[in-house]
Amino acid sequence: MNAESMKGNAISVVSRRGFLGGVFSAGALILGSKLLPVDALAAPTADATWQPSVYLGLEPDGRVIIIAHRSEMGTGIRTALPMIVADELEADWTRVKIEQAIGDAKYGSQDTDGSESIRNFYDPMREAGATARMMLESAAASKWGVPAAECRAKNHEVVHAKSDRKLGFGELVALASKQPVPKKEQLKFKSPAEYRYVGKNVPIADLDNILAGQATFGMDARVPGMVYASIEHPPVFGGKLKTYDDAEARKVRGVSKTLTIPPFKPPYAFQPLGGVAVIADNTWAAMQGRRKLKIDWDLGPNATLDSVAYKNTLRETARKACKVARNDGDVDASFKNATKVHEAEYYVPLLAHASMEPPVAVAEFKNGKVEAWAPTQNPQAVQDIVAKALGIKPADVTCHVTLLGGGFGRKSKPDYVAEAAILSKQLGKPVKVVWSREDDIRFDFYHAVAAMYMKAATDEKGRPTAWLQRSVFPPIGSQDDVMAKYGTFELDMGWNDVPFDIANFRAECGPADTKVRIGWMRSVANIPHAFAVQSFTDELAAAAGRDRVEYLLDLLGKPRKIDLRAPAERKGADPYELDIARMRRVVEIAAEQSGWAKKKPGHGRALGIAVHRSFLTYVATVVEVEVDNGKLRIPRVDIALDTGKVIHPDRVRAQFEGAAVFGTSIALMGEISAANGRVQQSNFNTYPVARINEAPLETHVHIVPSAAPPAGVGEPGVPPMSPAICNAIFTATGKRIRDLPIKKQLA
Amino acid sequence: MIQLTVNGSLKEYDGDPAMPVLWYLRDLLQLTGAKFGCGMGLCGCCTVHVEGKAMRSCVTNMSDVAGKRITTIEGLNPNGDHPLQKAWRAVNVPQCGYCQAGQIMQAASLLTEKPKPTDRDIDEAMQGNICRCGTYQRIRQAVKMAAGVKA
Repeated sequence: MNAESMKGNAISVVSRRGFLGGVFSAGALILGSKLLPVDALAAPTADATWQPSVYLGLEPDGRVIIIAHRSEMGTGIRTALPMIVADELEADWTRVKIEQAIGDAKYGSQDTDGSESIRNFYDPMREAGATARMMLESAAASKWGVPAAECRAKNHEVVHAKSDRKLGFGELVALASKQPVPKKEQLKFKSPAEYRYVGKNVPIADLDNILAGQATFGMDARVPGMVYASIEHPPVFGGKLKTYDDAEARKVRGVSKTLTIPPFKPPYAFQPLGGVAVIADNTWAAMQGRRKLKIDWDLGPNATLDSVAYKNTLRETARKACKVARNDGDVDASFKNATKVHEAEYYVPLLAHASMEPPVAVAEFKNGKVEAWAPTQNPQAVQDIVAKALGIKPADVTCHVTLLGGGFGRKSKPDYVAEAAILSKQLGKPVKVVWSREDDIRFDFYHAVAAMYMKAATDEKGRPTAWLQRSVFPPIGSQDDVMAKYGTFELDMGWNDVPFDIANFRAECGPADTKVRIGWMRSVANIPHAFAVQSFTDELAAAAGRDRVEYLLDLLGKPRKIDLRAPAERKGADPYELDIARMRRVVEIAAEQSGWAKKKPGHGRALGIAVHRSFLTYVATVVEVEVDNGKLRIPRVDIALDTGKVIHPDRVRAQFEGAAVFGTSIALMGEISAANGRVQQSNFNTYPVARINEAPLETHVHIVPSAAPPAGVGEPGVPPMSPAICNAIFTATGKRIRDLPIKKQLA
Repeated sequence: MIQLTVNGSLKEYDGDPAMPVLWYLRDLLQLTGAKFGCGMGLCGCCTVHVEGKAMRSCVTNMSDVAGKRITTIEGLNPNGDHPLQKAWRAVNVPQCGYCQAGQIMQAASLLTEKPKPTDRDIDEAMQGNICRCGTYQRIRQAVKMAAGVKA
């Protein structure tokens, strides 16, 4: 990597010695705080060893170095977490240098997914900042011979107001490093009124570099002596190479040779798919050579996969009794006595992540060790998967994390990094593996296809007396278990946690075979579940002739708190219990801000609403649609959200603005399908995503001020979008969309 | 031998004339501001200027740019202070940032042709540039800000 690209806070992928060895000077104060992140979603394990450390360095020249250990894929996390440290430290932001961490278990989880970076690391970050601040204050106090309580850190200095003396952080570094480390319970935190950065809109650390084309993404990583690889994967999931002929490929100028990558051993986990790699001295030559390969594949057991037949199988499964996941009251008895019963089936297809930067990685195998540079959401998984693929130890894999050109969950799986490492080991040179867009779309870890069956009995007011819902989808658990047929944690995503006040309620889950790689995509199973639940709610309200907002509030019921933890886990208070008052509030705000009561439908225009809580954040979305001659426009979206404490309001807004577009793509156009085992889509012509003229024209984000613990931001804006769009379409046109995507259904 | 100008400096290229400009810029000149997104001219991540006009460098061959002037994001403004870059900064447009060089180069070409673009002009000019993070409304806002037209 060239040094010119390391301006400002650019992620540096230049140092072959690794980041942290070279980051701090010999005299730096390095704080390694052992801090415990609370994972609200994980089951507590009594004997688990937690060794997360957050590193903060203060240089004698006054520079403050904050290690960003989570991956930056566009959420602003590389700015927001350091802001928390810098704020508690009373550091001057212009003297803060942000360094990206390599993969290392000492940081705690670096798996940047589940919308949990702020949630899990807000406390560790402020504790790190407060610890250093208090040690700087006590260092100044001892130098001046005054009580520490009289010394206050302020904007990179410690001040003793009584005697009007000041010392810069840099001058105090040596002495501060010898002060006793305050215990966690001794830490004093700033009051919110004193915040310099938290709650303010600090420009993201990489802004200038991005705008000048100088930011380093995985696609831009480069090391001396590197060659380029393009890989032909088996066309059908689980296929294997029989024979191949590379004579023509090797004639392409720039191509040096071809190599093979072995197929994965089930379960597929995060392993490479296998295939034939063409090695060349530039990316294009590698891609050209690959087109000239003649390959004979053993297509394997999935060569008959057909998405139409598969969809019918899921549907049939959902029509019969499945495995009960939640059961309140007596649903069957209520249906038996019902006078009015409603049924509906919903469907969401396979979806691809399609981040703008396709999978790409550089790796070098040397002296039994691997150094890798990758746009990864999970550098520790890179260590594990590369180590496994090469038969070395995870500790012998160094993973540098570049900026990610989008991730959305795809880049949690480091199969592409393992490919680069496998090829480098064979070649004895650093290798850059570049996936084409076609590779990305045809060989993704797809968002699971889902079929849902909904049934409700209603009373004379149209309110449900019984509610039955079944969801059938291939589980993400298939990654690690070839026998997995049922979802597990997916059921906590908008299915078992449906917040309605309905006495007789049953949620079920049906089995499905896995025929392609399945993975999590931005908001995961909340996508189909919110679509089914919030569309069906709208159908019931329409059947009862009731106002949708009023009906939704009626179903949510009285303000109350619901502990969603399994009975065995209900120890102590749950700071994230489901709070119906907060859920009602976002519905009311979205309705008010969108002008729900005033805007009457007509001339193909109408509003639609959906509410959904995911990643512990409450979101209500009102979408305004305009349908003209089968063509859909979205002039306006209003999103009200309650995500607890907000660190960076502008980046929160940006995530929800972006989620509105991502959700629009899902509703309008996203669909992956297979025929003869082969995925039929390959690029943005066959797998379109929303463009500027198709995206909502205006998205208004309304953040509910809250002092509650921080919740998730990156994902929860997505789930309510597709039901809100389809509910608006129904009100505007009378056409009920039950199968996504909408595509030409309005024609 | 193909001669061309890249960001003001004269270059010579004697490789395969069918190589797309994108890979010449990225792999040979190590100018990585223009990004690879689709390879088919469908996403706009690779947008550069050829003779001042936005072109998809992933589908423009080296033989097509012989004797031409190419400008990449690195050469748009020496200090990164083009009115569009300033507006992008003021509005905090980027999320992941990967597509933004292409977006800015496309918008710069639009403003050269239409200094006061309407919403419809923006839709037409910018619809070839995908942003998967969904920064479109801020892109629209920043284009208008740079053009000095009402948001």
